[in-house]
Amino acid sequence: MFITPKKLHAAGVLGVNERNADFIMRLNPRRLYPRVDDKVLTKKLALAAGMAVPDLYGVIGNQGEVRRFADIVTVRESFVVKPAQGSGGDGIIVVTGRSARKRDAFRLSNGMLISRTEIEFQISNIVSGQYSLSGNPDKALIEYCVRFDPVFADVSYQGVPDIRVIVYRGYPVMAMVRLPTRASDGKANLHQGAVGAGVDMGSGETLGGVLRNDIADEHPDTGALIAGLIIPHWHFILQSAARCYEVTELGYLGVDMVIDRDRGPLILEMNARPGLNIQIANRTGLARRIARIDEVHDEAARPEERAQFARLEFATERQTSIPFI
Amino acid sequence: MIRRYVYVLAALLTVVGLSLFVYKWRALGFPLTQDQETPVWTIESAIQFDSGPGSIKVNLLIPTLTPGFRMLNENSVSRGYGFSLNYGSGGREAQWAIRRANGPQTIYYRIPVYEDADSDQLDTTPPFPPPPVINEPFRTAVDVIVSEVREQSADTASFTSELLRRMNDPSPDPNAELLLSDAETNAEFVQTITTILASARIPARMVRGFDLQGRQRRAEPVAWLEVHDGDSWRFFNPNTGEESLPSRFLIWWRGSEPLVNVEGGSNVQVQFSVQENNLDTVAIAETQAAKQGATLIDFSLYSLPIQTQAVYSVLLMIPIGALVMVFMRNFIGIDTFGTFMPVLIALAFRETQLFWGLLLFTLLVALGLSIRFLLERLRLLLVPRLSAVLIVVVMLMLIISLVSHRLGLETGLSVALFPMVIISMTIERMSVVWEERGPGDAMREGLGSLGVAVAAYIFMGLARLEHLIFTFPELLLVVLAIILLAGRYTGYRLLELGRFRALAGD
Repeated sequence: MFITPKKLHAAGVLGVNERNADFIMRLNPRRLYPRVDDKVLTKKLALAAGMAVPDLYGVIGNQGEVRRFADIVTVRESFVVKPAQGSGGDGIIVVTGRSARKRDAFRLSNGMLISRTEIEFQISNIVSGQYSLSGNPDKALIEYCVRFDPVFADVSYQGVPDIRVIVYRGYPVMAMVRLPTRASDGKANLHQGAVGAGVDMGSGETLGGVLRNDIADEHPDTGALIAGLIIPHWHFILQSAARCYEVTELGYLGVDMVIDRDRGPLILEMNARPGLNIQIANRTGLARRIARIDEVHDEAARPEERAQFARLEFATERQTSIPFI
Repeated sequence: MIRRYVYVLAALLTVVGLSLFVYKWRALGFPLTQDQETPVWTIESAIQFDSGPGSIKVNLLIPTLTPGFRMLNENSVSRGYGFSLNYGSGGREAQWAIRRANGPQTIYYRIPVYEDADSDQLDTTPPFPPPPVINEPFRTAVDVIVSEVREQSADTASFTSELLRRMNDPSPDPNAELLLSDAETNAEFVQTITTILASARIPARMVRGFDLQGRQRRAEPVAWLEVHDGDSWRFFNPNTGEESLPSRFLIWWRGSEPLVNVEGGSNVQVQFSVQENNLDTVAIAETQAAKQGATLIDFSLYSLPIQTQAVYSVLLMIPIGALVMVFMRNFIGIDTFGTFMPVLIALAFRETQLFWGLLLFTLLVALGLSIRFLLERLRLLLVPRLSAVLIVVVMLMLIISLVSHRLGLETGLSVALFPMVIISMTIERMSVVWEERGPGDAMREGLGSLGVAVAAYIFMGLARLEHLIFTFPELLLVVLAIILLAGRYTGYRLLELGRFRALAGD
């Protein structure tokens, strides 16, 4: 059931206390938090840096604007509603289409129908701050609904799988793919029951997965093998993640990306306190890789160089050849 | 670098906190445990006399040096008299004076004392007494006895013992009989002994005091013999010659001078009474510290009004609850609703007792949750919905109180002491978690909160700890130091050892 702290330390596992005290508090100054906590701002910064993000259809900033919702989505078949300052995927509605008979009824990613008034109620909950980190009034974003790349079709159950990359002082350290399941209700969050799969930093090939805290080799809903998928555009993904360091200046950062089948990798959001489950998904600890980065850290290194460093250094050992692009 | 500052700060706080604590404990005598009581005897002397026509001056000899005892305070009750304390030849004197008085007068003088074995008071070393002038035939008798006793003794103590043995002999020799012919009372007997000792150039004096045994309405002063052996004063039982002092003997005055002297009055009578009661040790320590001028005590919580004290005795335990909280979250890794909500729930448990607290809390949250899910269907905005839940919670409390009162369960009434805003927030948080992450997570966090609350309740309820913190609030600095150190703990949490077990194979 339990293992000894000594063994855990030997495996290079980073604990919550150490992450909070030694990385988040040291490398992530509080004043930079809005850059990642407010998704509207994140989007703006990423666009300014020339990075690809899902299109923003509209922002609803107060209760009076809630009725603008219908106008914002009038020409859209699919879209996503999310709180600007939400955490852990709470409060997100993914609309994938409309009812054939009634334009005021929307189809959710799980196939259920939802009426316009129900969505408006959800938006007003978001605006009043129910899902915001601080409980303060929030904004609701309505944005492009990603149509994910078919590479993940067999290993996700409704919803959009995403790729989480941990970036330490600008260097990508570790990555995982998060695959929605029936239990996670289409959301790609591990604590809600999504499957996490480690990724070989060198090749972008998925390793085995974890469900909650246990090893899972097959997707619980589709039964497909999780390991062995090759993530497309892998080098570009690592470069984009590395560039997010310049965008946010946060030294310990989680970058969430999705691969749209038409538009390629998009930056979905960023996180100043990324979770530690990524270690379980990769079956390896973060501490050693972080120590390695501290050794070679070069403030002047360009994002491409840092991404390349990560591919070389953190490739899984079984890999004999690393494909370069 | 930061880590070092934290260590230094924590060490500093600990040192300050502990040294204040030790000072108050050892030097000022504050008790470590609750309900420590010390027996206190109040000795009251009542001086009664008939006033004469002119001005009146009353002198009373009062305790000066009281080995084995400490005085708490002293006070006098006298109507219209001026009161002063002076030093006379026989030690301290209390003096009352009045220009004119009518009829019978009574003056009270009262001191409470308590035992303190450490009460060493320095006494003066007397000069060798001059040989007293004694008339014949007593002169010869004294000389004979002194030379005979000197033959059979080695030092001052054995001389005194031998002398007392001889003088107390049931069939005394003619010399002793002659000397004791005038001694009718015990005091006169002791007086005679001191005269004989003075002839032998041994400093001796009579002490009079009281055997403090329970309650005495009319206490008679007992005469005792005190002899100086060149280093210190030693006490002798005048009737047995044994060197001892009764176990609880309070010395009131020394010497042969009369206890009371009234100028301008007649029919003087002095009565003593002794009363025993128990006083809180804290109170004694405070009075004693105040007498020594320890300003620290002016800031003691015991100087606050009783009601405020009651509030603080609860408030001061909140840091202990916070400490439990820190331990549970950063060392064990238990998830709770809100940061300090479990501590507040624990506070509520103090009023209701644990079993009823748990029952009522669970009942309220369960009922509130179901109402909250009903409200969800109405699609209310956040703040009105929270307020609606709050009102429902208040009404639920009311119903629980009324029903339990009907059933004769008085505990149900204490439900009103639950912080209802806390309960409403719990219900809201729990319902959001329930919807977003499923009932499993909601239950887990709910149980985590309750578990931490119970742990905090147990620690905050330790009577010994509560007394310690209340009497020595400086210990909170130590708690603060521990929390600061915990803030720099970067090791694994206990539950992480389970969470990351899959990584152990490496």
